[in-house]
Amino acid sequence: MSGEAYLTEYPAIAARLPGVDLPWLQGFRKQALQDFGVSGFPGNREEEWRYTNLSALNKTLFAPSASQNVDEDWLNQYSLDDAASVVLVNGQFSASLSRLQDLSAQVSVSSLKQALQDRPAWLESRLGQAVTSAEHNLVAFNNAWFADGVVIEVVAKQQLDRPVQILHVVTQADALAATRNLFVLNEEAEAEIIETYVGSVGSYFTASVNECLLGRNAGLTLYKVQLEAEKAQHFGGTYVKQARDSRFNHHNFALGSGLARSDIHTGLDTAAECSLNGLFVAGKRQHIDNHTRINHLKPHGISREFYKGVLDNKARGVFQGRVIVAEDAQQTDSEMNNRNLLLSADAEVDTKPQLEIYADDVKCSHGVTVGQLEEKSVFYLQSRGLDEEAARNILTFAFANEMVDKVENAELKALLLKELLERFPAISL
Amino acid sequence: MLSIKNLHVTINDKPILKGLTLDINPGEVHAIMGPNGAGKSTLSHVLSGKAGYTVTEGSVTYNGKDLLELAPEIRAREGVFLAFQYPVEIPGVSNIYLLKAALNAMRKHQGLPEVDAMDFLTIVKSKVKLLQMDEKFLYRAVNEGFSGGEKKRNEILQAAILEPKLCILDETDSGLDIDALRIVSEGVNSLRNAERSFLMITHYQRLLDYIKPDVVHVLADGKIVKSGGPELALELEERGYSWLEGQAA
Repeated sequence: MSGEAYLTEYPAIAARLPGVDLPWLQGFRKQALQDFGVSGFPGNREEEWRYTNLSALNKTLFAPSASQNVDEDWLNQYSLDDAASVVLVNGQFSASLSRLQDLSAQVSVSSLKQALQDRPAWLESRLGQAVTSAEHNLVAFNNAWFADGVVIEVVAKQQLDRPVQILHVVTQADALAATRNLFVLNEEAEAEIIETYVGSVGSYFTASVNECLLGRNAGLTLYKVQLEAEKAQHFGGTYVKQARDSRFNHHNFALGSGLARSDIHTGLDTAAECSLNGLFVAGKRQHIDNHTRINHLKPHGISREFYKGVLDNKARGVFQGRVIVAEDAQQTDSEMNNRNLLLSADAEVDTKPQLEIYADDVKCSHGVTVGQLEEKSVFYLQSRGLDEEAARNILTFAFANEMVDKVENAELKALLLKELLERFPAISL
Repeated sequence: MLSIKNLHVTINDKPILKGLTLDINPGEVHAIMGPNGAGKSTLSHVLSGKAGYTVTEGSVTYNGKDLLELAPEIRAREGVFLAFQYPVEIPGVSNIYLLKAALNAMRKHQGLPEVDAMDFLTIVKSKVKLLQMDEKFLYRAVNEGFSGGEKKRNEILQAAILEPKLCILDETDSGLDIDALRIVSEGVNSLRNAERSFLMITHYQRLLDYIKPDVVHVLADGKIVKSGGPELALELEERGYSWLEGQAA
């Protein structure tokens, strides 16, 4: 069975996982382990995993690592100076690398381990609220294996005075970094959180799950910047529960890893809003899969989704955008768009917008395009003195940059521009 | 400056130009007129290096070089500028970016240092004024959402900044109302000097009221069938093209 080696190894690992003294957490993990044990890692026969093959997870037994070694100079290039930061090295919180001083008392930011010690009852009533093992078996896997993570809570009516960056870094070959983050924004609270995934070794396995609980009229802007190392396997899910009038803005930049899968799911109560933006850029033999689900549960919700993909060489991209409008969710206003650029004949993208509408008074639209660079545009730039390669790079950069342009955080924007320019060396705009 | 000798060009084996010969000296303005399908746009595309055309016979010499051997961007850097009949919209790339990238590509080719940012802005703003454009155009994506007249003006703006040696205007007048035509023509006239040559391709005699050519040619069925002074254009306006078709140059 898929994942069997992990199950065999689990008892040896379990003793080192946090919360062994918490019966509720033991129950939580036991249930997850059982769910995972039924079929292991998701397989291609499952509709939602049709395009993404996880067999690499069975070829190597990725294992937790206690190593805290990291080259700080290298890591610094990804660190945002203006943000508070939480650094997770090989899936474990690093107190020495994190910068949490000077955050106001209205905000609590801590490692998950710490939170399990300090306020287990608070966690018990929140963990698993936005997603359960039944979602799919990588969630079940995370439920059973998570070793640390970040817990952020913003008190009602307060806002984070500066963004929090979660720097998730893997430095140990064949490591398993299973992290669980919980973001709780109470009524009318606001926050900006930036997840950054990087790695300094070739092959490893990131399995992370975020749960976001947004109170009434709360607003969360969450960026995900996935710059994993070339042979990394990355699985990151973000599951959001939006109370009435809340706002969730997500930006998903998937540029790294050998194989990456993101699940972004949100459920909207009355008059809640979400916007999901995404850019995936893949070359060589990279495989980047994005699954989004917007669940309009109540009336007057607004959702905007815009994903762009750029695929080169033999890369493969997947976009699945599912919008569900419940019978109750009248007056829903939803738009979805996915545009893809294929730069080589061997590149592939599978795009699948899915609208499931059970209400009768709604405004929903979707659009998908897959295309190549226009030769007339390439020639136009050449006729102005730019060589063909520069012309193609400029046009590709311009296509991708539309998503970077939506980033309001200037420091993050600069980091993303640098990453894009490395891939498409145009003269900066 | 430009010498085209017995040029034969095919598209998908279909002959379009059938022995075109044309010489342009420095500082001269030549107009090429002719009926639809005569090969006017093919000529401008072949000179600027667009793919999809096969030269089966003849030669094009530009300032002593075999122009047909050069990649499109090298032709541009050597001073050949094509003002497109249908300028291309390039979302995500601002006008000012393209202008600067193009100018620097040209300067690099000439062994000059990149243009200083302040100097560049000064140059660009003066040219924008010349073409009676709004400075906001500089920061909009190239041609995106521009009206027909704005697109044509934008082409001339590029020419004004890149200062080409040979400027090919491919139906720059078509689709322009009289005010836009006057502004574009004034822009073109301001670029005229003793070294710079122009090849104007047009359907309409009207353009030649604003930009006075030195020589007018009639292109029909892939060849120049008649050449003359500006008065030839007036004659064409009166008599049409049919009396010339089938004639040799």
